[in-house]
Amino acid sequence: MKYEDIKKSLKNKTVGIAGCGGLGSNCAVALARTGIGKLIIADFDIIEESNLNRQYYFYDQIGQPKATALKTNIERINPETIVESHLIMLDANNIPSVFKDCDVIVEAFDKTETKEMIMKVVSHKMPEKYLIMGIGMAGWGANNLFTDKHFDKLIICGDGVNEIRDDNPPLAPRVGIVANMQANVVLEILLGKNNNQIS
Amino acid sequence: MKIILNNREEVFESDALTVDEIMKIKRFTFSKIIVKLNNTFIEKEDYDKTSVKEGDNLVVLHLLAGG
Repeated sequence: MKYEDIKKSLKNKTVGIAGCGGLGSNCAVALARTGIGKLIIADFDIIEESNLNRQYYFYDQIGQPKATALKTNIERINPETIVESHLIMLDANNIPSVFKDCDVIVEAFDKTETKEMIMKVVSHKMPEKYLIMGIGMAGWGANNLFTDKHFDKLIICGDGVNEIRDDNPPLAPRVGIVANMQANVVLEILLGKNNNQIS
Repeated sequence: MKIILNNREEVFESDALTVDEIMKIKRFTFSKIIVKLNNTFIEKEDYDKTSVKEGDNLVVLHLLAGG
C-alpha cells in the first residue's frame, strides 16, 4: 500500500483515546502523524511537571488540561486531523456516548480500576468496537518482553508484568513503546494486515 | 478435558473444574484478575461456582497499573 492510499483510507476513520497521559498522548500523536481523520480524546487531568518524562506535552503547558494541550499539539503536527476534545472524567455512563462514532478505542488509563471499567463497558455496551489496551510498561530495558495479545476484539499491548510503582516508575521509552504498539494495532485493524511486510 | 486458555489449548485431567480450581492449578495469583468464560465476564465471587467444561474458551488476564 502506498502512503497516499494509506492516508486516503485513514482519512475517514475515527479513533477514541481514553486518557491523555503517557499512553494516550503518544498514541494520539502517532496516529495523527500517520494521517488518521479524526481523534476523540478525553481526560480530566492537568499537566504537571512530573508528567513530562513521558507524556507528549511541553514545559510551557504545565497547568493546562491535558485534553486541551493535546489537541493543540496534534493540530501543530497535523492540522488535517480533526480533534474532538472532552475535558471529562470518563466513566461507565459517558464512555458509550463519547466514543460512539469511533472505529477503534484505545485504553490509556493509569489505574487498574478504570482499565477494568472500560473493558467491561466496551464489552457490554459497545461489543462491536475494538478496544486496544496497554498493560505492563514500567521501568526500562527488556524490549523482548513486549507483545500484543488478541482476544477477539480486545487486544492487549505491553509486557504484561511490569506494574508502575514508586520503585518502578514509568519512563518515556517503554511507555512510548506501548503507546506506539497500540497505534500500530489500530492501523492493523483499520488498514488490514500488511501483506508487503515480512513478519 | 481440553479447553482454550488464553488462546492456547490446555488439557486438564478432570472433566469439569471450576474457574477457582483452574486458577489454583495454573497458579494465577495476581492482584487484579479479569476472567472471561466464553466471552462472559465472571466476577470474583463466582469463581468457585462457575464450572469450565470441554471446549470452553477461558481468558484470564491480569491488569497492571500504568499508562
